[in-house]
Amino acid sequence: MSTERNPDPFERETQMLRRAFDPVMTEPIPARMYLRNPAWHEYARAAVFVLTGLGLGLALPLMRREAPPQFPMAARVVAPALPERAARAYLVYSPEVRHPVEVDAKEQDHLVKWLSKRLDIGLKVPVLTEQGFELLGGRLLPGADGPVAQFMYQDGSGKRLTLYVSRRSKAESPTAFRFAQEGRVNVFYWVDRDCGYALSGEVDKSQLARVADVVYHQLEND
Amino acid sequence: MDYNLIVPFIPNLRRYARALVGDRDGADDLVQDTLERAVRKFHLWRPGDLRAWLFSIMHNVFVNQLKSRKVGLDVEIDEETLAARIPTVSRTDVMDLQRALQGLAPEQREVVLLVALEDMSYADVSRALGIPIGTVMSRLSRGRERLRRLMDGQETRTLRVVTP
Repeated sequence: MSTERNPDPFERETQMLRRAFDPVMTEPIPARMYLRNPAWHEYARAAVFVLTGLGLGLALPLMRREAPPQFPMAARVVAPALPERAARAYLVYSPEVRHPVEVDAKEQDHLVKWLSKRLDIGLKVPVLTEQGFELLGGRLLPGADGPVAQFMYQDGSGKRLTLYVSRRSKAESPTAFRFAQEGRVNVFYWVDRDCGYALSGEVDKSQLARVADVVYHQLEND
Repeated sequence: MDYNLIVPFIPNLRRYARALVGDRDGADDLVQDTLERAVRKFHLWRPGDLRAWLFSIMHNVFVNQLKSRKVGLDVEIDEETLAARIPTVSRTDVMDLQRALQGLAPEQREVVLLVALEDMSYADVSRALGIPIGTVMSRLSRGRERLRRLMDGQETRTLRVVTP
């Protein structure tokens, strides 16, 4: 965060301030501070829901008429959404002890070149050392619309995070930061012009939010 | 944008507000107003540094509070309750620190606290407070010098605040 810092001649004052006020960080948050999303936010969600419902309601009878009736109960109209795919991939690979990744972080240059080539896009790997997570490596996965890259990180206690990167499909439109919970896996995800990103882990939401913020910054600003 | 994204930053906002305002209730009111304003301004947020955005909102709310209260931050500090609230350090230390902080001009206090508590870079502070980096640097050095003098007792402690 702080790059322009000199060796701090005010170390003593800084330490005093931290000692005096850091305890506030662990005080329980007053209930009144848990606010609700603004009404328009809820309306927008509801509208998306209703429109999707209307759309499906109108489209399904038409599709049925055209499609031969061998599969009257199409299990899924669309591929699972980004956070769900990311969480599944996390659950499959993060418990791996011996083979969590295909290409180790030691060969990071190769890893990035390889995955960039397969996804046909210039990939960047965020550095999360300051957040306590080191890159273990990455792997290539099949996605809904083609290859997907998964980078895996691990902290000192063995907790793992994955960053799932897929090319944006035509069906997806760019979104701001979103949060999803898939079982015990928390996921922050967003879609930019070219890619969808999902950061998944079995870590608490606030910690994951901070890491996601850093990832977002490194990917968007570099 | 979802309020759930803001929640993780509430402890940071409270810590900063406590040091900035001096008393717990006033600080939490500042946090509350900041959060409510953030929710109203959701539509203005673009994915980016959420922390800086929230602190910039808090700065605006704080400045408005200063303007509406002619007395500035001339708050009577209740020594007993204040010390009781911050248990990890001895009472006198915290009292001295709190008084010394209130002896800084509010705009110096903001810069000193964002750097010390939030570990913000000059650029972060400049964004959060909407002031040029040069101003950040000069307020920081003047604020720190003054804080040190006040802590060392070289300057008579006046609770009266020099309003900008």
